[in-house]
Amino acid sequence: MFTSDRRTRGELWFDRLNVVGMLIICFVTMYPIWYVLVNSFNDGTDAMTGGLIYWIPRQFSLENYEIVFSNAGIMTAMGITVSKTLIGTVIHVFFTAMVAYALSRKELMFRKLYMVMGTVTLFFSAPLIPNYLWMRDLGLLDTFGMYIYPAMFSFFDLIIFLTFFREIPDGLEEAAKIDGANDFSIFVRIVLPVSLPVVATIALFHGVWQWNDYFVGVLYTNSEYLQPIQTFLYRVIAQSSSNQIVGATGGAINRTVTSQSIKLATMVITTVPIIVAYPFLQRYFVKGLMIGSLKG
Amino acid sequence: MEANAEVQVPMRKPDNRRRTSLLRKFYGQRYLQVMALLGVAWMLLFHYAPMYGIVIAFKQYIGIGDIKNAPWVGWEHFKSIFEDDMMLQVIRNTLGISLLKLIIGFPIPIVFALFLNELRSLRFNRIVQTITYLPHFLSWVILGGILISWLADVGVVNDLLMGLGLIKEPVFYLSEPKYFWGIVIASDIWKEFGWSAIIYIAAIASISPELYEAATIDGASRFQRMWYVTLPSIKGTISILFILSVGSILNSNFDQILVLKNQVNESMSSVIDIYVYEIGIKQGRFSYSAAVGLVKGLIALFLLLLANSFSKRMNQSSLF
Repeated sequence: MFTSDRRTRGELWFDRLNVVGMLIICFVTMYPIWYVLVNSFNDGTDAMTGGLIYWIPRQFSLENYEIVFSNAGIMTAMGITVSKTLIGTVIHVFFTAMVAYALSRKELMFRKLYMVMGTVTLFFSAPLIPNYLWMRDLGLLDTFGMYIYPAMFSFFDLIIFLTFFREIPDGLEEAAKIDGANDFSIFVRIVLPVSLPVVATIALFHGVWQWNDYFVGVLYTNSEYLQPIQTFLYRVIAQSSSNQIVGATGGAINRTVTSQSIKLATMVITTVPIIVAYPFLQRYFVKGLMIGSLKG
Repeated sequence: MEANAEVQVPMRKPDNRRRTSLLRKFYGQRYLQVMALLGVAWMLLFHYAPMYGIVIAFKQYIGIGDIKNAPWVGWEHFKSIFEDDMMLQVIRNTLGISLLKLIIGFPIPIVFALFLNELRSLRFNRIVQTITYLPHFLSWVILGGILISWLADVGVVNDLLMGLGLIKEPVFYLSEPKYFWGIVIASDIWKEFGWSAIIYIAAIASISPELYEAATIDGASRFQRMWYVTLPSIKGTISILFILSVGSILNSNFDQILVLKNQVNESMSSVIDIYVYEIGIKQGRFSYSAAVGLVKGLIALFLLLLANSFSKRMNQSSLF
């Protein structure tokens, strides 16, 4: 930040200790992830015997992954997760941005009323059971739509869009209007393309939420063909109902995998997409988060 | 839509010309109105309509059939909240975990941001930020899975502690209620401290460098600069965030606790949100669960509004 070239002895030690402290923090943050990675590449039965494996695989094996990738249940769950993340995010971003654009226009009649209705949603919502009963009455239980429709709009995200849209110079829209474009096509053709940073931010946040959420699957679906991978893992990990995993190892009696090693491999393939996508999106979300938190 | 326009617009006296011009204005912005009204329709369908189901808190509804036909029981479910022995435990767990998370977890991101700001290499600073934000993006299922395996009898924690000779026998951490709060609080801090620091990092970045230069000329040490320049400059941000976290004290981390809780540690792990879920879905006491959920929702609403008006008064800025 501020560089004075002559550092006193004390300052020098301060800097060194600070760097060491930060390195320790980074290690503590990364190590659990490393541990899972290493163990997922280790032979399952080998991991059961002898001490724990801390740094590198003791007996390297790809078998856990072979089983995970050839298991129909896990792959179906993965497919559900991928599709709900893609479809859900596209719809959420487009729909929320569209409503936000309408509300960003000062001349919109009843704008105050719409804003009040939205603000209320931030403070109070129906308790769990009434909400569950309503979803049931709408016929959304055990449907793929349960992942999409109730999550396609968020007033909190709308505020972030709104703050951003207000900064767009009016001139852009005026020009299009003179050319006879209607408000919807102005939104699609002009406003969305110039709002890429905020679109990316909301897409990232919602995408991560869709990818990581397990509770919608736990509460609203019973069908194993509809459960996302996180719900699958929740059932395996927290309820220790390892039947599903044992089912996965079945037919592979000669193999040297265990339910634990398969669990770890599944955790890795569930996490890798996030870790890979995240650094690319990082530059957007820091800015986007600022817009949202500092409020217009 | 046109009828709607007529009702909503306040008019002192019937004025046909004015009415026609309002209608014309509405028609002129019909595309915008449709875009906005789709959002309103979503809110009505997925946010306001489910609130109708709150009436079951005043009825005896057992989950089958139409809510309308269930018999009314008045305030009975609300009375039984006070007679419910579990309630005390549940409230204690909720407030205990939230308060400890606040006391221990709140200052950590601030301290972290202060020290991060003192790093001389901007590159290293960025790398540390990237790494420490990462756990925020991992799901609680994954972290819960790691924790459960680390805290097991042949897990990492027991292996290390026995290796160091600190314990003789392996401890079943998740099966002993007394460890539960510690596990929940520590793992939450681990996951979120980096991410929570973002906002302070941004606030620090906007401090004028001249302040630091002036302090350096006056002979301030690094600690003194942190204490007398950086910290006072971000105290507005700190107070807003503090007030808002106090306001949401009743919201425990549902996703986290649902993964980590089990039947053995229930006495320390059952918080309000979990209790509402378990009595409702698992025990099928729909009406009672709705009553507990409603009371919690109203108290949380009150706290949030209170917190919001506090931060408004203090900083002339608030969330809403």
